[in-house]
Amino acid sequence: MRKGQYRFVAGFLFAPVAIYVTFVIWPYIQTFGYSLTDWKGQSQTFNFVGLDNYTALFQDDVFMGAIWHNILFLIFIPVSTILIALFFAFMLNAGGRSRSGGVSGVAGSKYYRVVYFFPQVLSLAIMAVLFGAVYRSDGGGMLNGLLIKLGLVSETSPVEWLNEPNIVLWALLVVVVWHGVGFYLVLFSAAMQSIPRDIYEAALIDGAGRAQSFFRITLPLLWDSVQTAWVYLGIAAMDMFILVSTMTSGDFGGGPDHHSEVMATVMMRNFQLYGRSGYACAMGVVMLVLTLIVSVFTLRATRRERIEF
Amino acid sequence: MGSTSAQNPENDGSTAGVGRRDLIKRSAALGLISVPTMSFLSACASGGGDDNGNDSEGETSKSNPFGVKDGSKLDVVIFKGGYGDDYAKAWEASFKKKWGVTSVHTGTQEITGKLQPRFNAGNPPDIVDDSGAQQIPIDVLYKNGQLVDLAEVLDAPSVDDPAKKVRDTLIPGTLDAGMQGGKVVALNYIYTVWGLWYSGKLFKEKGWTAPKTWDEFLTICKEAKADGIGGLAHQGKYPYYINVAIMDLIAKTGGLDAMKAIDNLEPNAFVGSEAATAAVEAIYEVVEKGYLMPGTNGLTHTESQTRWNQYKAAFITSGSWLENEQLKTTPDDFDMKFLPMPLLPDSKLPFEAIRAGSGEPFIIPSKAKNLAGAKEFMRMMLSKEWSTLFAKEANSLTILKDGVDSGVQLRPGTQSTVEASKAAGTNTFRYLYTEWYSEMGTAIENASNELMAKRIQPKEWLKRAQAAVDKQAKDPESKKNHRD
Repeated sequence: MRKGQYRFVAGFLFAPVAIYVTFVIWPYIQTFGYSLTDWKGQSQTFNFVGLDNYTALFQDDVFMGAIWHNILFLIFIPVSTILIALFFAFMLNAGGRSRSGGVSGVAGSKYYRVVYFFPQVLSLAIMAVLFGAVYRSDGGGMLNGLLIKLGLVSETSPVEWLNEPNIVLWALLVVVVWHGVGFYLVLFSAAMQSIPRDIYEAALIDGAGRAQSFFRITLPLLWDSVQTAWVYLGIAAMDMFILVSTMTSGDFGGGPDHHSEVMATVMMRNFQLYGRSGYACAMGVVMLVLTLIVSVFTLRATRRERIEF
Repeated sequence: MGSTSAQNPENDGSTAGVGRRDLIKRSAALGLISVPTMSFLSACASGGGDDNGNDSEGETSKSNPFGVKDGSKLDVVIFKGGYGDDYAKAWEASFKKKWGVTSVHTGTQEITGKLQPRFNAGNPPDIVDDSGAQQIPIDVLYKNGQLVDLAEVLDAPSVDDPAKKVRDTLIPGTLDAGMQGGKVVALNYIYTVWGLWYSGKLFKEKGWTAPKTWDEFLTICKEAKADGIGGLAHQGKYPYYINVAIMDLIAKTGGLDAMKAIDNLEPNAFVGSEAATAAVEAIYEVVEKGYLMPGTNGLTHTESQTRWNQYKAAFITSGSWLENEQLKTTPDDFDMKFLPMPLLPDSKLPFEAIRAGSGEPFIIPSKAKNLAGAKEFMRMMLSKEWSTLFAKEANSLTILKDGVDSGVQLRPGTQSTVEASKAAGTNTFRYLYTEWYSEMGTAIENASNELMAKRIQPKEWLKRAQAAVDKQAKDPESKKNHRD
């Protein structure tokens, strides 16, 4: 490296790093500081309480339940979104009947590609309203209306989708997956298109079926994209605040009876409604540590040998 | 992902071993860390500062008890919800005319979002209508020492009759809801009654009369069910509403003592209380016999209230904001009517007794820049002129006794609440635990949600409600709140 280049690079980095430290790192440190106090959130008076907030946190059934719900989302959101997106992407790009001259998508694949992307264009707030109508708990809801017409559910006792402890989490999961599939479909499609066709054609000549060419060729060559998708979906799974707080019952959502609670909703309720802001900051710190662990783990666990082509 | 960078060896020195894909992955990982916590953290970051410049104080006199200074500015923040904020603009115009004080007006629904940073930075507005779903809880503000004790305003001479104190021109008991630690720190301005509501038209058609006892209530529910509609509707997504019915029944059955036992966090507030047991069992009977409007447990307030407007249920629980809230969906001939909670056998309070009181808390922050202006503004809110302005613009009553000029025509629902208040006389009651202990209130609401969904039985509900009370009683802060 030429002389002076470091200084040149550092000059460019100074502003972004300063902004990053001021608006990201410093608040983290402040939060940790507040998490050791009994701060009530509406003024700058508080006492130092040591690790009391943290000991209380691990005896808080609501928060511990919320952690489990986040972990559940963390497993099922990426798995189901990626599997469905991969399947659709494969069908759109290489799933068509083999005609003379090579590999192509199913009929109408260009049309589907656009349609699948629609949900991604909607904001989460609109999604919440939309699915509020789908899951509505009386005959006016889309699902209930359908089930009542089909005679599967009686009109006097419709399914209260978001008010059933055993259904609510899955109902939310469907919304996230529905929203995400389109985006990852496009991501995987783009990656698939850059896989050289001759590899598929060679496989075809050797007599490989669709399943074989998917598992032996497509998936290994897409691994980098899948890994990125996993990390991004991890973000959605650790957060979930908007959907849970708008779609489920209770202040900041989480109902019925804490069965759909996630860490962010418990934190906001304690922070704003109960005025236990120091305690909420402790939750924030725990969230930070957990997300750190998750991201490191994700990147480690999915590390594979890279195939160059 | 055949990228060009993959074709060069990555360790040629200039890229220091960071390939493009790695960079994407790392930034994604960073995003994973920061996104969920970011918005929260920015709320945590505090400003300091605490300046108390008192340059807005003028001379005091008999007609200007707080010393409002001509030409000063007043920072007014109004919750722009069901009542809008036109009434406040009308007040501000009148205030400017009288005192020459210009108001900086903010009408918003995001009270917490806009004001929490300002409270923390020691730079709050002068007067705030701290209401709505995103209100800053009064108990939290009080514990942080952010509120002015309003005694000075309440003991000042009334605008309409200087011989009287402001406090004596108000409907008795309406100041209670704004009490924290024995002081009035919030002025709950709007007079509200809570109970059941029905459609006069539907009842006429079906030949029903308004029930006075719980048995009559159940009979109507039964007939409604036979006619294919629901008996009782409630706003299930917000269990606050069904708690109105449960708590009203407890107070009417067990009298004021049963209510105070709950507010004062007594060890037998729920478990071992005959009134509470009878009330919860009565509500559960409605659930068990299938008299609830189908699906009502999962509906939002607008969804269930609209269903009720469509004659899909005989009764609904709510407070008197209901009529204003449903203006657009109520049919013209609906004839909305208020009904006090029907009585269980051996009730201590008469049928006419209602939960009544004040809502929509107005507060003056202790670090307000123009304290004199804010206090005078509040004193003028409690004048007949401003109270009438409010009734005209927002379609509701205020806590000022006879506060509306007789010329103002009221809607049928509001008119029926006026009649109910008259019939009730001094037989009104009002729980305070919801203002004092937000955490306990939430826990009881959760239990009620489970009860309505038949996931728990009345016994379990009592246990859970008592557990919430006992937990709150352990908090040393709760010793400061007590009512006799």
